[in-house]
Amino acid sequence: MTRPTGPDPTPAGPPRLRPGDTLAPLEVPVTRTLIVAGAVASRDYQDVHHDAELARAKGSPDIFMNILTTNGLVGRYVTDRLGPAAVLRKVAIRLGAPNHPGDTMVLTGTVESVSGPTVEIRVTGTNRLGRHVTGTVVADTAVADTAVADVAPADPAPAEEAPAAPDPQESPA
Amino acid sequence: MTGEAVNEQRTTSDGDDLHPRLRTFEGRAAATAAHGKDPVNVPMIRHWCEAMGDTHPAYTGPDAVAPPTMLQAWTMGGLSGHDAGSGRSGAYDELFALLDGAGFTSVVATDCEQEYLRPLRPGDEITFDAVIESVSPRKTTKLGTGHFVTTRMDVRTGGELAGTHRFRILKYAPAARAKPPAADAPRRPRPVINRDNRPFWDAVAEHRLLIQRCTGCGTLRFPWLPGCNACASPGWDTVEASGEGTVFSYVVMHHPPFPAFDPPYAVALVELAEGVRMISNITGVPYDKVHIGMPVRLEFLRADAELELPVFRAEGA
Repeated sequence: MTRPTGPDPTPAGPPRLRPGDTLAPLEVPVTRTLIVAGAVASRDYQDVHHDAELARAKGSPDIFMNILTTNGLVGRYVTDRLGPAAVLRKVAIRLGAPNHPGDTMVLTGTVESVSGPTVEIRVTGTNRLGRHVTGTVVADTAVADTAVADVAPADPAPAEEAPAAPDPQESPA
Repeated sequence: MTGEAVNEQRTTSDGDDLHPRLRTFEGRAAATAAHGKDPVNVPMIRHWCEAMGDTHPAYTGPDAVAPPTMLQAWTMGGLSGHDAGSGRSGAYDELFALLDGAGFTSVVATDCEQEYLRPLRPGDEITFDAVIESVSPRKTTKLGTGHFVTTRMDVRTGGELAGTHRFRILKYAPAARAKPPAADAPRRPRPVINRDNRPFWDAVAEHRLLIQRCTGCGTLRFPWLPGCNACASPGWDTVEASGEGTVFSYVVMHHPPFPAFDPPYAVALVELAEGVRMISNITGVPYDKVHIGMPVRLEFLRADAELELPVFRAEGA
């Protein structure tokens, strides 16, 4: 990662998004109500999202969050953090470990790239089973210098670089 | 369930005879000019935002737009499913029926990739076209074994493309771990499948019962053999059984018990309408109601995730 380490060129103005900046995490309590409300709001009546008995019959220990709710939460997380002017352009997600009732999902995001008003954010949602969701969100901010309250600048000298996440599709079961 | 339940997977191509047939669905339309059940509307937007805890100001007020991530929600069939004539093609249902028939009865979504090209506003009517992009070879995941199905959908309003949506699901047979006692439950014996009888079992997987026919003298034969008992010709083709039959003879099995079976049960010699006879089970009636001359009809019994068998149901049962 290369970036200027000198003082911000506009120290009086709002911080500018830079690759490597991290978004403040969002903790989402995965309640039974959230799973069911999300499924119904997304018009998804698959029994595994509301009926624990039928979910168990299909090999799951309990009901689990549907992908549309995860998609909605990822979109919400990014616009929450980028501010009210942010507009979603792309959301691409992959699910891993399921979100069951009683768990907590922690969404985190890192700025991958910035091009004019367009930012690409890598989002990960982890729960106690592992990674529930990994994905990429592209959003437009109204102007390049958008003030973003909940973004921490990238550490210029990270003590420990997180290892690149392996592609879960390639991992052996 | 721990870790990446869905996306850790391995290919299990052994015996994946289904995949060539599944692949014929690639490129077929899943929906053509289908209509969203509701126009984009404020109540559904509000319910969505309440569920997601989304307070973005763009989604409320007189100039509200729908949250872009609702894209798929506008295309959902909901509790009553899609209406006949709604533009959903039969191909997706056919593909699902084929996978269901092979035991891959459960479904879980794994990937969703959406691009938003213009905002959707209350009052916008939704139409969508979808195509089946790909069907994967058989994969084994922690949830179970199955096939990934990828579809791509274009969502329009007023003829204008509002968004694209690529969606991947896993259609799978649940792993036995769901029912711990069943994990080591005894299974029925496996059929011996070889070059001489593989087409018979392939057809069973498609819920068809094939009888061999000698191309030398036309004699039907069952079970499958490499040559004709009547004229010794090795040439053969097949006739699909109508499924009608009668019980020609039967025995009731009491002893010895085999772990996968629950005696007493009837083992019948069924004479098919085409004239050949086969040994099978009778379903739909207790063992002591089976009798010679009883009319029966072919059906397919899923014994476990890997084994499906042709059996006969008592007519009217």
